[in-house]
Amino acid sequence: MDSIWYKILGAIVTVVMAFIVGLTYMGLSRKITARVQNRKGPPFYQNFIDALKLASKTSAIHHGFLHHVGPAFMMITSIMSVMIVPILTGDQWFSNLNFKGDLIFLLYIMVFGPLGMALGAGQTGNPNSAIGVTRGLSQMVGFEIPWVMALVALMMQYHTTSIVDLINVQHQSGTWLMFSSPFAFIAAVLAMLGMFRYSPFDIVGAPTELASGPVSENGGKYLFTLMSSNSIFAFAKLTLYVDLFLGGASNIPVLLLKTFAIYLIPMLYGIVSPRYRTEQAIRYFWGWPLFFGILAILHATVF
Amino acid sequence: MINDKNSQKIVDIIQNWSRKHSIWVLAYGTGCGAIEIPPTMTSRYDAERLGVRGAATPRQADVLLITGYLTTKTLKRVIRVYEQMQDPKYVIGFGSCTINGGMYYDSYNTIKLLDRYLPVDVYINGCMPRPEAVLAGFGKLQKLIAEGKATGATKYKENIEWYKENQKKVITNWVMPDYNW
Repeated sequence: MDSIWYKILGAIVTVVMAFIVGLTYMGLSRKITARVQNRKGPPFYQNFIDALKLASKTSAIHHGFLHHVGPAFMMITSIMSVMIVPILTGDQWFSNLNFKGDLIFLLYIMVFGPLGMALGAGQTGNPNSAIGVTRGLSQMVGFEIPWVMALVALMMQYHTTSIVDLINVQHQSGTWLMFSSPFAFIAAVLAMLGMFRYSPFDIVGAPTELASGPVSENGGKYLFTLMSSNSIFAFAKLTLYVDLFLGGASNIPVLLLKTFAIYLIPMLYGIVSPRYRTEQAIRYFWGWPLFFGILAILHATVF
Repeated sequence: MINDKNSQKIVDIIQNWSRKHSIWVLAYGTGCGAIEIPPTMTSRYDAERLGVRGAATPRQADVLLITGYLTTKTLKRVIRVYEQMQDPKYVIGFGSCTINGGMYYDSYNTIKLLDRYLPVDVYINGCMPRPEAVLAGFGKLQKLIAEGKATGATKYKENIEWYKENQKKVITNWVMPDYNW
């Protein structure tokens, strides 16, 4: 059972599941948005049709080497994150690299993809891409600070940087970290609003304003790569939140239930919000989320 | 096996099905027709339920929707946009102006017949066509795609000299790069 082929098979199963679940969630979000706007909306599997169509389009675009590599950077980041985050606790199939991975490495990896994409977008020479990249990096400076503060608070409180150890802490004490360190949870959830880039923080894509920003020169197969990497990354992030704050999951239905509950937060907040300007978004993250981050660290040092 | 004719047919059916149900539209709002696009896309007529969705840039779009009259100056931009789109791509001519000039039939600086400059797959008649007519046009395009008959882009590649000749006849200051794949 410990052979390398078994592990590779498990990794493939994980990535495929992350792809399917991520795309389904995005499709459900389109459907829910449509229902909120009193429309019928596309079917929930619309994103799969879009992905199939994008994969079958030609891509006769050439802007240089990094333009081709940029989407690949995003894909690498997504797959690495989903490998490191523990998907199910104590399961043979989904235990990829999670016993070796820790939170600090994950923090590095999660910004690697957007930076690679920024290089690729820069080489296209499209002014919309350049503005989108600038906005994306500014926004990242905004939400990374409360996000890191929340994680540092958890690390200080439980004296560990391992995600598996944090799950074990929740199993032993019987309460989720959402309740035992509530300020860290609030700061992390507010940071997540920026991480998912739904409204009001969709300043990077901004289809009507920036012509989809960094991806504006990417069509066809590039867009398919970005779309699938986005869905895998979304699943990895949601699973990380479930692992850190909601006590992990021991089987797939529980995992889907918990991840979808977390996913509803940025989605529903996005449906009813218009778009912020860049400086408003950064000011938002350096306001209440930062305040809750500081409270979380105080809470961690006192208790 | 891969190049076998029957397996190619099956692949075509699947791909055409996905193309039919996922139409990303680049609405080139040239004339007054652009005003009919928002009601088509929003709550009342909701084109998204058919898979019709707005695309942000030519690189991501499948359908170029030309909404109304085209001046010779705009035609230059439209040609540039069309040539940046990725295969398979389709063009919808929207309103009478793209068919015979409409109310601009005797204008000195608009083109009268879009089909001479770009390969149009579907025309939507009317001045203005209502959102129902627009949806019917999309339905027609879906039918053509499913049957594999929406071959405007192939026609454009095959008759590229004829199209270029027509285009250069009306655009006197041609400073664009030529179409290359």
